[in-house]
Amino acid sequence: MTTLSATIQEVFNEPACAKNAAKSEKERKKGCTKQLQPGGAAGGCAFDGAKIALQPLTDVAHLVHGPIACEGNSWDNRGARSSGPSLWRTGFTTDINETDIVFGGEKRLYKAIREIIEKYDPPAVFVYQTCIPAMTGDDINAVAKAASAKFGKPVIPINAPGFVGPKNLGNKLAGEALLDHVIGTVEPEYTTPYDINIIGEYNLSGELWQVKPLLDALGIRVLSCISGDGRYREVAQSHRAKAAMMVCSKAMINVARKMEERYGIPFFEGSFYGIGDTSDSLREIARLLVSRGAPAELLDRTEALIAREEAKAWASIAPFKPLFAGKRVLLITGGVKSWSVVAALQEAGLEIAGTSVKKSTKEDKERIKELMGEDAHMIEDMTPREMYRMLKDAKADIMLSGGRSQFVALKAAMPWLDINQERHHAYMGYVGMVDLLREIAKTLFNPVWEQVRRPAPWDDPADNWQARALAEIVAPQLAAE
Amino acid sequence: MAKVTHVKKACTVNPLKMSQPIGAALAFMGLRGAMPLLHGSQGCTSFGLVLFVRHFKEAIPLQTTAMSEVATVLGGYENVEQAILNIHKRTKPEIIGICSTGVTETKGDDVEGYIHLVRERHPELAGLPLVYVSTPDFKDAFQDGWTKAVTRMVEGLVRVPEPGAVRDAGRIAVLPGCHLTPGDLEELRTIIEDFGLRPSFLPDLSGSLDGHIPEDFTPTTIGGIGVDEVASLGEAAWAVAIGEQMRPAAEALRTRAGVPFRLFPRLCGLAAMDEFIMFLSAASGRPVPAKYRRQRGQLVDAMLDGHFHIGGRKLAIAAEPDLLADVAGMLREMGAEISVAVTTAHSPILSGIDTEEVLIGDLEDLERLAGERGCDLLVTHSHGRQAAERLGIPFFRVGIPMFDRLGAGHLLTVGYRGVRDLIFAISNLVIADAEQSHQPTPDSWRLTEEDGATDGAQQKGQAA
Repeated sequence: MTTLSATIQEVFNEPACAKNAAKSEKERKKGCTKQLQPGGAAGGCAFDGAKIALQPLTDVAHLVHGPIACEGNSWDNRGARSSGPSLWRTGFTTDINETDIVFGGEKRLYKAIREIIEKYDPPAVFVYQTCIPAMTGDDINAVAKAASAKFGKPVIPINAPGFVGPKNLGNKLAGEALLDHVIGTVEPEYTTPYDINIIGEYNLSGELWQVKPLLDALGIRVLSCISGDGRYREVAQSHRAKAAMMVCSKAMINVARKMEERYGIPFFEGSFYGIGDTSDSLREIARLLVSRGAPAELLDRTEALIAREEAKAWASIAPFKPLFAGKRVLLITGGVKSWSVVAALQEAGLEIAGTSVKKSTKEDKERIKELMGEDAHMIEDMTPREMYRMLKDAKADIMLSGGRSQFVALKAAMPWLDINQERHHAYMGYVGMVDLLREIAKTLFNPVWEQVRRPAPWDDPADNWQARALAEIVAPQLAAE
Repeated sequence: MAKVTHVKKACTVNPLKMSQPIGAALAFMGLRGAMPLLHGSQGCTSFGLVLFVRHFKEAIPLQTTAMSEVATVLGGYENVEQAILNIHKRTKPEIIGICSTGVTETKGDDVEGYIHLVRERHPELAGLPLVYVSTPDFKDAFQDGWTKAVTRMVEGLVRVPEPGAVRDAGRIAVLPGCHLTPGDLEELRTIIEDFGLRPSFLPDLSGSLDGHIPEDFTPTTIGGIGVDEVASLGEAAWAVAIGEQMRPAAEALRTRAGVPFRLFPRLCGLAAMDEFIMFLSAASGRPVPAKYRRQRGQLVDAMLDGHFHIGGRKLAIAAEPDLLADVAGMLREMGAEISVAVTTAHSPILSGIDTEEVLIGDLEDLERLAGERGCDLLVTHSHGRQAAERLGIPFFRVGIPMFDRLGAGHLLTVGYRGVRDLIFAISNLVIADAEQSHQPTPDSWRLTEEDGATDGAQQKGQAA
């Protein structure tokens, strides 16, 4: 466990992390993760985070070394999409029992790796450590090394047992495993001046494919996407890219920063959510490639593409404007999305009733102020009851959030749209933003709301539960005023 | 008589099984004002939460003691104490159900002892029932977690009746297995009430996870059986256990309060329902209402209409033991052949299934054998979708999780009319498949060379 704790310390020390840079030495050591509160915690564990970050690698066999809970309760539930292999959707686990705990589970793990290679012949096997074998001392590094030597195939240990921390830490530990064992182990057949890596993009609902045609049109090659619709070999050769874009600010910053350090690949942090951000990201990719030796005409071609695609997008958005006049949106999401979609929503005539900043950095908050003005309604943490009040008080007509808070809106018979990881629609790039507005319109103007808000004919309309809940919330406020 | 075989391999591929603690947690969700609490790392809870949200499409109350690596090594007393206090303060539950997990069991946390100590130190919790159940992930499966939790509820919450107390002749304690949906419970309640009996369901998911719009926001369960009602279960004239898994709970209730029980291993099927209805008639002293006489006729008619499509089907089914026995049994009675049966754990019910062998295995085993044996009907939970696609055979979803279709909470496998509609749904699936993929063509019955055909060119099309 000493190596794991050293890795965790290193991840906590991430110099490229803006939050971290502002901390004292002592604070930094404590780590960037809030102490979890028993009985009041929500969210996934480090193992969950590692799996989220790596499972989109589609041709890899992802083997979970642990009891049935870790894989059996959660497999094949990710929204990522593959253009080819389906092995990543196959659930592999050692499903350890009491004997494995008492006598050690290394033998079972080794045999499991052998069975997978014999039956499925993947280019690589990723072995995920979990809490129990971490406690009982199963050395997955040693087993992976032995299996790799024996079977002549990469077997990669992913050391992120659930109890070392939350999901976000797991994302980073997964990145460390790629840096230690995968990246730089294979040379590409050829390189071009237009090779980039996209880091921290998972191709949820196939979103990457909303952006890739733009890159294709510019002749930019995605050498490796870590990890959406990725292949093992692509990640292994990603060290030969000329530039990198880091998509999700918090997930894999260590990968981007260390690849810059080790292989001289410059990176920037960007987003493909929103029209302006998509354009900015394309510009930045082109600029970095040109700075690394790509012909300067790429910049002009990029500007031409941006002008064309933006014009198309704004033209598609225009018809929504009269529809959306006076409609207000409550945006409950994290990090980048707390501001990156705001501009497009505003451009379509929607007002932003508030945006959550619980998972946002200082920079994120600055961007929100730029877009929404100094008195932007930034929500640190909102209870379901408060969300409900905002919807009910007509402070918002629709809520955009993740699956966790959907029932607040739906049970209140208020329009709601999923914009987090479990959503069924893709919202990236120019086309994605137009799709988002189309979905908002479809939801907002659905006649179903009038139907479901009808009180039961046998109820007293003044004494239904919505009215009582509202009275309960508003009364103390009135008293205070 | 089926032989039960454990598949021997080191790597489980495409798990059928889910873990015990979340089975136990689901049982606690059938209590009113409950907050289930998993004693383990936060991932244990988060995976379970996501699973149930996607299955029921409802907000799910489930908390965690959020064990870190250090806390795990040192022991979890403080986390358990803090979790109870926090939940008590924030969500004002009527009961907290605590389930252990693999991590805390491996460490050997004495949760019973912890609860004792918490009670000593915090007299303000005196009125709050805390039920603990030991459910290590590395043993048994989902159904076993449910069983253990319900048994612990009986042992911990049911009041021992006064000596000589008279039983309430109109009351029935119903102990449903986890293979029944909230919709099933609602159907059973209607049937039992139609005999003039008053049922109490333990646990009662039909009050909490049936999808109703709640009266108010509550972070705990929004319905289910109240702790007070559970306490009085000892006064019931009868207990009815549904599914072999509920035998331990029924026995516990008999031991504790002397309530006699009747166990119904199955309710899916004509004969199984007949037995149940006749029991209710005897227990209530009332004749079977005309409504059920009519519904029985409809079921018989549905079986006659459906047997054309289900008869001769080669069924590949994977489910937890009681659900497997129930649904496979019904399809067998309609003429299907149980070609492949896969389950998660041992149960006495398995040997009675009308097939040669029941495997304790995973969906990889199901898929491989279904292919080898030419199965043409697949029945399992939503994770069977990849296998069904590769096999190209009709797929009917039963059990938990069912995350890629709506209405999981209202799929019926009980009652004459519930079974009638189930037969229609499965038959229609088979009919649609026949229309799409198995229409006859001029080549369907071409003679082959062995038959003496001479034109080689004509033979190409008939291989299928």
